[in-house]
Order: sequence, then structure tokens, then C-alpha cells
Amino acid sequence: MSEAELVEGAGAFPQDVAEFEAVTGPPRSLWSDAWRELRANRLFVASATFILVFFIMALFPTLFTDADPRHCLLSRSALPPDSIAWFGYDLQGCDYLARTVHGARVSILIGLSVTTFAVLIALALGSAAGFYGGLVDTLVSRATDVMFAIPTLLGGIVILSVLESRGLKEVSLVLIVVGWPTMVRLMRSSVISTREADYIDAARTLGATDWRIITRHILPNSIAPVIVYATITIGVIISAEAALSFLGIGLQRPAISWGLMINTAQTRFHTSPHLLYFPGAFLSVTVFSFILMGDALRDALDPKLK
Amino acid sequence: MTTMDAQATVGGRPVDPTAPLLAVDDLHVEFRTADGIVQAVNGVSYTLREGETLAILGESGSGKSVSAHALMGIIDSPPGFITHGTAKFRGVNLFDLPEDERRRIRGSRMAMVFQDALTALNPVFTVGWQISEMFRQHEGMSKSKARERSIGLMERVGIPSARERVDSYPHEFSGGMRQRVMIAMALALDPDILIADEPTTALDVTVQAQIMRLLADLQQETGMGMILITHDLGVIAEVADNVAVMYAGRIVESGTLRDVFTKPAHPYTLGLMHSIPRADQKGERLEPIIGSPPDLLHIPSGCSFHPRCPYARQPECSTRVPDAHVVTGGRTSACHFWQEVQNG
Repeated sequence: MSEAELVEGAGAFPQDVAEFEAVTGPPRSLWSDAWRELRANRLFVASATFILVFFIMALFPTLFTDADPRHCLLSRSALPPDSIAWFGYDLQGCDYLARTVHGARVSILIGLSVTTFAVLIALALGSAAGFYGGLVDTLVSRATDVMFAIPTLLGGIVILSVLESRGLKEVSLVLIVVGWPTMVRLMRSSVISTREADYIDAARTLGATDWRIITRHILPNSIAPVIVYATITIGVIISAEAALSFLGIGLQRPAISWGLMINTAQTRFHTSPHLLYFPGAFLSVTVFSFILMGDALRDALDPKLK
Repeated sequence: MTTMDAQATVGGRPVDPTAPLLAVDDLHVEFRTADGIVQAVNGVSYTLREGETLAILGESGSGKSVSAHALMGIIDSPPGFITHGTAKFRGVNLFDLPEDERRRIRGSRMAMVFQDALTALNPVFTVGWQISEMFRQHEGMSKSKARERSIGLMERVGIPSARERVDSYPHEFSGGMRQRVMIAMALALDPDILIADEPTTALDVTVQAQIMRLLADLQQETGMGMILITHDLGVIAEVADNVAVMYAGRIVESGTLRDVFTKPAHPYTLGLMHSIPRADQKGERLEPIIGSPPDLLHIPSGCSFHPRCPYARQPECSTRVPDAHVVTGGRTSACHFWQEVQNG
């Protein structure tokens, strides 16, 4: 189809066409724009690299160590790092590198699963409360208020201390229970501000159903702050798990967790500091990476901060 | 395309073939806010026929947009309530229909074009996706077929290189082109009624004329009835058949474009005419209407225009709400002294 044909046939005007042709390059969506910006952000690249390494470590720990973390010889108890065992041995004489590497799995698993569930709860409750308002909003908001009254860690301690077995499932569940309210609040307020947009009214005048308005118009436009917060939350949850395990009410041995390792290390810090350094460093870098990544995402996704 | 069967009903109810396309009668809309009741629309009546353009003229806060939103059924309730009145679409009262039926009518039988297409288009989807959504949602069309229809529609509303632009995002379009996209969406399913809410206010003057011409052309093609909401007398002069002038939630004067513009029968209309520059009155002073539009929380008693009206006389104007006096056939003025106004 020639341009002349179009101009004549459709009533477009020459200056309009000229202006139109001036727009060049491939279509740019919000997400592709954000991705372009993220790739140029060194902090994002660094944090993403670290997170990727930790993910691989969680999925395939044998790529990083040949040693069996549960093969322990008491004769090697608390030996410092050497050329064979780079991280030394723990009190039971297990290879400390192997244990540290295998500890990534628990942290990543808990961080991801807790955050995923909290986000799902936020998507359901937050968007329902924000979109429908009224009674739904009141119920959801008061429920989050009640949960807010319980501090994350303290709430976790109370619930976990009455549970008999404390495995991955129980710890995750408790962290979900105390972790969802912030996310729901964030989602709700984001939905409320999106709901006022003209394109929501426009979609309504064009006959869209509530379900379509929520899934096609509201969620894609209100999810960005939740993604940012969720990324940071992964880090926060990982440190919360470590804190609970360190306090002795999180995971229990024989589970391998950075928090448990730090717990054991605290009494031996003066004689065997390597027991604290390695899991401590891994934990800090993981948490830090997620928080850094959340910051980078916020810069890229929130046009108001640009 | 709607079939004959679908044309014979509105919201599943049989239509009255003799009834006008749209008849709004004594519409009242109020917003119950913490500060009190805002009476946004206070008894608006008008009729729209096929192929006709009715311009609703008024300042901001005159209730012109609210009355349109009430027709479309998109007033948030609470706080907004339609307290009285009917809106009959070919004899079927829209306000009697269940929400689900009204939703089906929206988009397919009546559609709306918004003022600012940048904010009225979803920023995260391509324009092609958004136009396709109309076919997919209402007619269950497949993705690829809907896309082809969208390209055709974009060409019809004058978007050049539609095939290349179909995958662009709203922010990549100029204001005029965005408004064309919005019009394409509204006209996708050949509605019988199009409500254009200040469709050109956000655009440059040159682009304004193009968009108005496009709307007029499309209306001729499809024979739809159009309600044009605007505060711009110039825009009205170009395309409207009939004009209804609104003030403080009431229609103060209505009639054909020619009658209302050449011989206003309400002091407010007269004031509007005098407050814009005109080519045929060069060198004359513009006379603005003194004062400002009333606060809809506290509408003046009697004729709501009386505090600003040079013709106002006590006690009639501040005590009695003027009826819509018939000036000539099809022409009304809600002024106690309309004869005086017309005779200068």
C-alpha cells in the first residue's frame, strides 16, 4: 500500500504523516525500556550476576564442590582453611565449603517460595480491595492492620516456638503468615491509584468486564512497585530465616542452613573465626544483592524517579 | 457488524421502532460527598436521532461530562447516584437494565471517545492489541483475525502505515494519531451512538479540525448519532446539528445550531457569544460573563444563572426556577425573560 493512497483514502494530512514518519526505531514498551536501562546499570548487572551464581549454587551445588557436606570426620574438627579444604572444616569435621555451598539451597528456596506466596496473596487480596473498595476493602485492610501489629521476627519466634517439628515447610509458612500484609497494602494502594486512570474508564465504556479490566488494565499497570518490593523481600526473608535458625527456632539440624552455621560459629569465634566468616559473607552478599537489585528495578520501573 | 436480530433488541429487550435513537428525560445525578451533596445534573432532557450530532455546550462543572458518564453507566457509585430520570435507547430505558446487559451495550451499541487519548489508552499494550481487544472481547474473534481487522480500522481512521504502526505503543504516537486510535476503538463495533467527550481539547488547533472532520466523515458513513461534549464554540459550529447549552447541571437553551448561534434566547448563551472573538466583529470589545460558575454544593436559588445575569429581575429570578419555554418548534430557553433577550 503506497503512502499516497493512504493519505488520500483515509483523510490523513501531510504534516501528520511527516510527524509520524519521524518516529523511528522498533516499538518501545515500558518493559523493554526498563530492560534497556537495567542493562546499562552496573549495580544491577553486579547484583544480577551474584544472584545468578547463588541460584546455580542452589540448583547444582556439585558444580562448586566435590565434597559431601555430610561426610564428616571428627579428627578434622574446626581445622582452618587449607589448600584442600578452602573453607576449612566445621566442628564435626565436615568440609565447610561444601556445607556453605549446600546452604544456599535453603536460603534461596525459602526466600523465593515465601515471596512468591506473599505476592500471590497480595495480587488476590490487594487488587480485590483496591478495585472494589467498600466492604471488601474494609475487611482486607483491617485484616492487614491486625497482622501488622505482629512484628515479623517476633511473630515468627512465637509461632515457631509452639510448633513441634520445624522444617523448611513450617519456617516458610510462618514467614508467609507474618510477611504478607505489607505486600497486600502496597498492591492495594497501587491498584487504587491505577483505578483512577482514564484508560480504566475508557475500557469500561468499551464494554470490558471487571475481570478483564483487572487482569489486562489494572494489574500490568500496578504491578511494578510490587515487583520492586518483592525483590527486596527475597533478601529480607533470607535474612529472617537465618535469624530464626541462628536463634535456634528456625530450621533444625541436620538441615544445612547459613543461619544454623552462624549459630554454631558464635561460641567458637575467637578460636575458629572462619566458621563465622564464610556463611556470614555468603548470607550478606545474597541479601545485599537482592536489595540492590530491588533498588535498580525501582529506578528503572518508576518513571517518576527518572 | 451487528445483525438484524441484534438491532431489534437493546439489552435483550425488544425496541420500539418509532422511538428516537436516544431520549434522555429529566436526568438527575448527584454525588454524595463528605462536604455535602453535589448536584451535578439537575433535570437534563434531550433527544438524539440517527445521523444527528447533538452538541452539549458548557463550562467545566456544568454537568455535561457527568451526564454523559451517567448514560454510559460509568459513574462510580458511591459517591455518584442517578436519582431520577430515564435514558431510553430506542425506547428501552438503559437505567432499568442489569449491569451485565449494560456492559454488553457499552462498546458495541454505544461508545465513548475521551478528551486525552494519552491517558485513555493503556500504556503497557500496543495500540493494535488494544483495538483487537474490542473484537476479541465482544465477538470472540481469533487473535490474528482481530489484528487484521484492527489494521483495517486504523487505515479507516487515517493512520498512515497502519501495518507498521499496529505494534507501536500509545506514547510513540502524536496527540492527533492517538485520538485516531481512540476513535478506531470506539467505532470498532459500529456503535449506534458515539459520545465524544471533549475529543479535541487536548489537541493543537490544526489537528482539532482534522479530528472533527474525521468524526463527521465517519458519522456520515455509519449513520450513528453523536453527542459532542465541548466548551469550544468553534468546534460546535463546524459539525453540530443541534446544540444544548448547559449551566449548573441544567440545559438552559437548546435548538438547532443556526437558531442558537444567530439568535440566542438565554442570557448565558448570549454571554458566551459575546465572550469569544469573532471574525465578523473585529475591533469590538469582548464582554466576559461576570462572576464565575456556581459551586455545585450551593446552587443559587431560582434560576441558577441569576447572580451573573444582566437581565435578572427580582423577585422572579431568585425565587422561581424557569421552565423550558418553547421559543419556536424544537427550540427552548429556560429564561423568564427570553423574549427580551432575543429582542436585545
